[in-house]
Amino acid sequence: MEVGQMQRRLVDYTKSLFMEGFLDGQFSQLQQLQDESNPDFVVEVVSLFFDDSEKLLNDLAIALDQPNVDFKRVDAHVHQLKGSSSSIGAQRVKNACIAFCNFCKQHNIESCLRCLQQVKQEFYLVKNKLETLFRLEQQIVGAGGSIPVMEMGF
Amino acid sequence: MAQSRHAVTKEQSPKITALVVDDNMVNRTIHQRLLDNLGIENEVVCNGKEAVDVHCSGKNFDLILMDMDMPIMNGIEATRRLREMGIRSMIAGVSTRAMEQEIQAFKEAGLDDYQEKPLTMSKLTSIIRKMNHND
Repeated sequence: MEVGQMQRRLVDYTKSLFMEGFLDGQFSQLQQLQDESNPDFVVEVVSLFFDDSEKLLNDLAIALDQPNVDFKRVDAHVHQLKGSSSSIGAQRVKNACIAFCNFCKQHNIESCLRCLQQVKQEFYLVKNKLETLFRLEQQIVGAGGSIPVMEMGF
Repeated sequence: MAQSRHAVTKEQSPKITALVVDDNMVNRTIHQRLLDNLGIENEVVCNGKEAVDVHCSGKNFDLILMDMDMPIMNGIEATRRLREMGIRSMIAGVSTRAMEQEIQAFKEAGLDDYQEKPLTMSKLTSIIRKMNHND
């Protein structure tokens, strides 16, 4: 596949992630912070998000599995996850966390467990999508091309 | 413990210094990059107590980006303590908490500005503009 085709595929794929709500304008903000002095900024921050989130999801599962659930602790973990997903533009994860926060306040264990599954699902979906995006970018760079600048207009 | 990062000065004007106070590593990284991009020398700490401690050690900053929810000491308490210590830096609260009374309590602790997270370049620029206007 020639570079132009790869670039068009990347643009279309990125657009689809925004259209389907996986990403929002905050992700564009991160892309704008990347430059020649920090060429891997987006990958680095998103990787931090992946690692941090997996730990938080694990902590949430443990916290909700306790005989006496500490909802303050659960809320603190969800708040962290909501914060970082919001900061990188992972919109669907953020929205799932907002719903989770509401059930935490109600001390509803069953609903919290359902929310955890929902957050996990959205997290692994966006992780998969972003890893695909980064792979497409690497292919372009590997073929000697440059990553097209995309104005998402959010 | 505060970690120092030296930014590239983009202009000839005196370098502004900033302290990022946030318990979330993703947020700290993004806020540092936003500040670096504006040529602002910055350090990070992970909670309100570390923010107070770094000032007790004699350091001072033009701008403090203060998260609200943090373990050990939250942003409201840290802001109050810093003001009691006589710290007159620009303190901008940044948080995802949306309830009006929580934001109000944060402002009453001594904030100069409040921005809802996530922080963007335009929000940070508006904080800097306010800071320059107050000088």
